[in-house]
Amino acid sequence: MTILLIVIAVLVVYVIAAYNSLVSAKNNVENSWRQIDVQLKRRHDLIPNLVEAVKGYMTFERDTLTQVVEARAKAVSAPDQVSRLAAESQITSGLGKILAVMENYPQLKADQNVMQLQEELTTTENQIAFARQAYNDAVLTLNTKTERFPGNIIATNFGFKGAEYFQGVPEDQAVPKVDLGLTPRA
Amino acid sequence: MVAATDFRALERNNRRDTVILIGGFVLLFVILGCGVDFALGTLQLRNGGIYGAPVCGFLALIVASFQSMVSYFAGAPLILLSVHARPLMPDETRHQMVLDVIQEMAIAARLPVPRAYVIPDSSPNAFATGRDPNHSVICVTQGLIDSMDREEMQGVIGHEMSHIADYDIRTMMMVAVLVGGIAMLSDFMVRVSFFRSEDRDSDRDSGAGMLIALVILVLAVIAPALSQLMAMAVSREREYLADASSVEFTRNPRALLRALQRIAETESPLKEGVRGTAHLFIVNPLASATDDDDDGFFANLLSTHPPLRKRIERLQAMAGGPTAASASKLA
Repeated sequence: MTILLIVIAVLVVYVIAAYNSLVSAKNNVENSWRQIDVQLKRRHDLIPNLVEAVKGYMTFERDTLTQVVEARAKAVSAPDQVSRLAAESQITSGLGKILAVMENYPQLKADQNVMQLQEELTTTENQIAFARQAYNDAVLTLNTKTERFPGNIIATNFGFKGAEYFQGVPEDQAVPKVDLGLTPRA
Repeated sequence: MVAATDFRALERNNRRDTVILIGGFVLLFVILGCGVDFALGTLQLRNGGIYGAPVCGFLALIVASFQSMVSYFAGAPLILLSVHARPLMPDETRHQMVLDVIQEMAIAARLPVPRAYVIPDSSPNAFATGRDPNHSVICVTQGLIDSMDREEMQGVIGHEMSHIADYDIRTMMMVAVLVGGIAMLSDFMVRVSFFRSEDRDSDRDSGAGMLIALVILVLAVIAPALSQLMAMAVSREREYLADASSVEFTRNPRALLRALQRIAETESPLKEGVRGTAHLFIVNPLASATDDDDDGFFANLLSTHPPLRKRIERLQAMAGGPTAASASKLA
């Protein structure tokens, strides 16, 4: 009788602990997603400034610039998550190109406002990349918890589901998330 | 690589270490206070029993408890004051870059954004301190800002973020303020006594002058011993772990690798105010970077930092090893 009670007590404690860890894993995923969202919105706000700043200088990359502006419009009015993320990925690859090309324009690098804008865009791109990394880590943790035995039994019973990874498009992965300009004054 | 779950285990160790440190500090003071009581006769040993009231012991308890509380809640400002740091302002592009990188690495580490400070010194170095991630500070030298590119800065800040994530900052802050405080005090007294002897020679023969000289002498003798004790208390494994976690945050072993290589090329140690805080920095601020190549048994025992060469070797192994491959897949 005592043994039975102990076994039940241990089981109850285990279920509570497993449930709580699933809840925090799920909250972590949601929280990480909000981080990405904040950065994506900030990027939307920066794009008009960028267009304003560089349109006088950059004649060669007009297509890329137009593509970014169109992708931004698509992302803002996207009806669902999938099409929104597709548009965001286009922005990422377009901005990566523009930021890289900006290096070749000495007039741009002489402009203090453009330099500030470039720094702001670079850090936003990096923050999106790091936020995505943190989000995917959180998803990995949640998915592992919902799939591994015996946690999967609890997950199924309480309705916990794994989350989707945030994949970038292939071109987007080719964009380095580091050091666009501002080399050290050695 | 250190996974996020391991941070919690490290955090537990650091919470425990801090409690032991404060307990030991208070106990030491109380024992010393009771020793004074016996010397003064307020406590007496008679017929195998102890009589009297431990007045000094009680005072020591109050002083030590008060000092522990001050150290815990005001440790970071005290340390920043002792290294002459001031808040880092976005007044120029490169300062803005550092502030941005701190924000980026905070996102990568999933931590609140620490406040940023700068030491106006040309030697490249950095440290983090504070009692927990919500009250954390990252401090860089002007030399670091001037010599690192963005990627290298990410590596260095990632290293500091890792110290914040696993509560190393709390333990190291308490070591700095409680134990290193004596070294700081000694430095301060020596400086003051130099000023005094320059200003007023007549002071020397007075009783007060003698007493101060005596205190300085005692402090000068025990301060280096205490510094060594601190060095031994500080596990150098922390630095290797923080290096590895930095790679986990940046997913780029070359960032910190190049930063450390660049630091290894510079010769200048930090100029002042670092004797009690040396263990906080990413590289030993007292030695020029190439000095600490020695890694014999005693050098290991008496150093706050692992040799830079070894840290670079480990990072090189990560950059070439399977870590880099799996990291780029995840990124």
